[in-house]
Amino acid sequence: MLSIQNLHVEVGGKPILKGLTLELKAGEVHAIMGPNGAGKSTLSYVLAGRDGYEVKAGSITFLGQDLLAMDVSERAAAGLFLGFQYPVAIPGVSNLHFVRAALNAQRKARGEAELSAAELMKLAREKGKLVELPADLMKRAVNDGFSGGEKKRNEIFQMAMLEPKLAVLDETDSGLDIDALRVVASGVNALRSPERAMLVITHYQRLLDHIVPDRVHVLVDGRIVESGDKSLALRLEDEGYEKIRATAAVSGAAS
Amino acid sequence: MTTSEIEDVLAKRYEAGFVTDIEQEYAPKGLSEDIVRFISEKKSEPAWMLEWRLKNYRHWLRMKEPRWAAVSYPAIDYQDLHYWAAPKIGSAPKSLDEVDPKLLETYEKLGIPLHEREILAGVQRPEGDPDRPRVAVDAVFDSVSVHTSFKEELGRAGVIFCSFSEAVHEHPELIQKYLGSVVPFSDNFFATLNGAVFSDGSFVYIPKGVRCPMELSTYFRINAAKTGQFERTLIVADEGSYVSYLEGCTAPQRDENQLHAAVVELVALPGAEIKYSTVQNWYPGDEDGRGGIYNFVTKRGVCKERAKISWTQVETGSAVTWKYPSCILEGDDSIGEFYSVALTNHAQQADTGTKMIHLGKRTRSTIVSKGISAGRGQQTYRGGVKIAKGAVGARNHTQCDSLLIGNRCGAHTVPYVEVHEPSAQLEHEATTSRIGEDQLFYCRQRGLSEEDAVGLIVNGFAKQVLQELPMEFAVEAQKLLGVSLEGAVG
Ligand SMILES: Nc1ncnc2c1ncn2[C@@H]1O[C@H](COP(=O)(O)OP(=O)(O)O)[C@@H](O)[C@H]1O
Ligand SMILES: [Mg+2]
Repeated sequence: MLSIQNLHVEVGGKPILKGLTLELKAGEVHAIMGPNGAGKSTLSYVLAGRDGYEVKAGSITFLGQDLLAMDVSERAAAGLFLGFQYPVAIPGVSNLHFVRAALNAQRKARGEAELSAAELMKLAREKGKLVELPADLMKRAVNDGFSGGEKKRNEIFQMAMLEPKLAVLDETDSGLDIDALRVVASGVNALRSPERAMLVITHYQRLLDHIVPDRVHVLVDGRIVESGDKSLALRLEDEGYEKIRATAAVSGAAS
Repeated sequence: MTTSEIEDVLAKRYEAGFVTDIEQEYAPKGLSEDIVRFISEKKSEPAWMLEWRLKNYRHWLRMKEPRWAAVSYPAIDYQDLHYWAAPKIGSAPKSLDEVDPKLLETYEKLGIPLHEREILAGVQRPEGDPDRPRVAVDAVFDSVSVHTSFKEELGRAGVIFCSFSEAVHEHPELIQKYLGSVVPFSDNFFATLNGAVFSDGSFVYIPKGVRCPMELSTYFRINAAKTGQFERTLIVADEGSYVSYLEGCTAPQRDENQLHAAVVELVALPGAEIKYSTVQNWYPGDEDGRGGIYNFVTKRGVCKERAKISWTQVETGSAVTWKYPSCILEGDDSIGEFYSVALTNHAQQADTGTKMIHLGKRTRSTIVSKGISAGRGQQTYRGGVKIAKGAVGARNHTQCDSLLIGNRCGAHTVPYVEVHEPSAQLEHEATTSRIGEDQLFYCRQRGLSEEDAVGLIVNGFAKQVLQELPMEFAVEAQKLLGVSLEGAVG
């Protein structure tokens, strides 16, 4: 589904990703863990195609297509979804209107029929239940005055509505209390499917108690320094990033 | 997306920019007493009307063009204009069948329904809702009104809706009583010029206690080149009546600037309510500021006891806009409202706002102004709130929000407040924000195109005003905001 080869990315002239390689197959859930400033959000933005993230070397293939040749909305229509670490408010635009505009724009780009208002309402009610999204949040302006937890829930609601092929969830757990975390995680789990892959970015292990990953990668200083199964996350929790960072620095110096 | 890329996408498309190829009759260029007499004669006006025009003209000769607004444009040569242009239609057409097909085609292209069975283009009448309000239209083409629909049905309710020229003949007592009663003949340079040479416009009278059975609307079209457009609208809502009125305007795309100086007077008698909405889409000029309409407009209403006047405007067109729809809250407990969205893109300039003059006790006014600037567009909100001595318990709430797209445009706020009554309460809120790269990226990541993303954000920003428009026109206005911003983002 997703193949990232030797990716080098600069932001404002500063190298952030320094040779990142990652393979993700349909049906898999991979976690990316790493300390603050490691480049996790940078990876998510490069995948989504944000301006200012300059790919200096490497390639990304998504569902057989050259992802880097596509623009932001084309990537979205092709099935790439980014759950933002910091979702943005759009005052005056109702949440429901927004998700309808998004869904219909994607469907149109794929040559599918647009959804009527009635079909959309039905779908929204169904998907809203998944993340226990209060009815009034659908009518309120997108993320405007939402609490941290409401914003994250809303991201998962949008994901459920858009049914992407690949979901990149950037620190969906940050700012959530334990109840909200459980709700968000069960929403994500409900969307796991053999046709869908997920890349779950997190700083903490606790999210992975709820969303159990197939693989865990540790990102330090722009490189994946270790990969393993879910036990790697537990080990990281015990040992902290310091030890891995030290090993990475040594191997980095040696290479 | 960078700012310069954002600006690149805003290459404005102006859909109403076509010219109707129709034989027209002009007054000779220039302005003189003879031209004023010529116009009056063309309309076979009674002597009192000509006298009033001449009074305006003679006063105008002693006036200076105002230059206090924050707009700049080259000097206008008032002798290099035609003050009258009309399609050659012979005697006034009695039914639509007699109207020149080229004119009908023009309105059809613009989506303006002249046939009574039609409604505005692009608006679907929802199924099972046959009672959706219909719209009666007065279509003004250059200097003359070409057709007014639904006249008979309105007549049965006692509502008068006709061209200004017709009203001068048919209802002279009303015109003589109210013409110049809100905007006096000596008010300002452009209004006085209008008083001398105004060509046509609409007249509305709603009798006591009548709720007008449908929306009324006038659609102004400038077609002729090198011609000023000077229309005049007068609406009188008698005691306890209600009317919702909308004006729309477009003009062809031409390289030279064209002058438009209109006057609107509203009279809301005790307990009456007038809702006046404008969707102004005059040709704005091209990306480099060539051509476009100079829009110098005087709009004012007077409210008697318990009366209410609500101005809603969506201003997307014109090269230069100079416009301050105002309310004189003369009667106790009267209400004035002003809801405005103004958009300036490329080289457009707008100096617009309102004036709320509180004279009566417990008078209330609300001002909501939303300015959107893109490209090199410059915009000034100029608003005045005056509370006279004796306006006990008067209240005003003003909210002024500016949205900037890119970093070459500007937004300015100039509030004037004058309070002579200690019990008055005034509130003022102002914000300035910029469409952020982060907002656009968020929308695009969800699948929206750049243009749709900008349209969505702008419409969200303007929502509070758009929701004041009659539903049919809100749809139109939303589309217009999107189209006018094409090329603002890349
Ligand atoms: N717009 C930017 N300009 C300059 N540096 C940036 C920018 N965005 C991120 N960085 C830097 O890139 C590095 C990685 O950031 P980020 O991807 O946000 O890390 P993480 O999400 O892992 O905490 C950090 O050192 C951060 O300071
Ligand atoms: Mg991050």
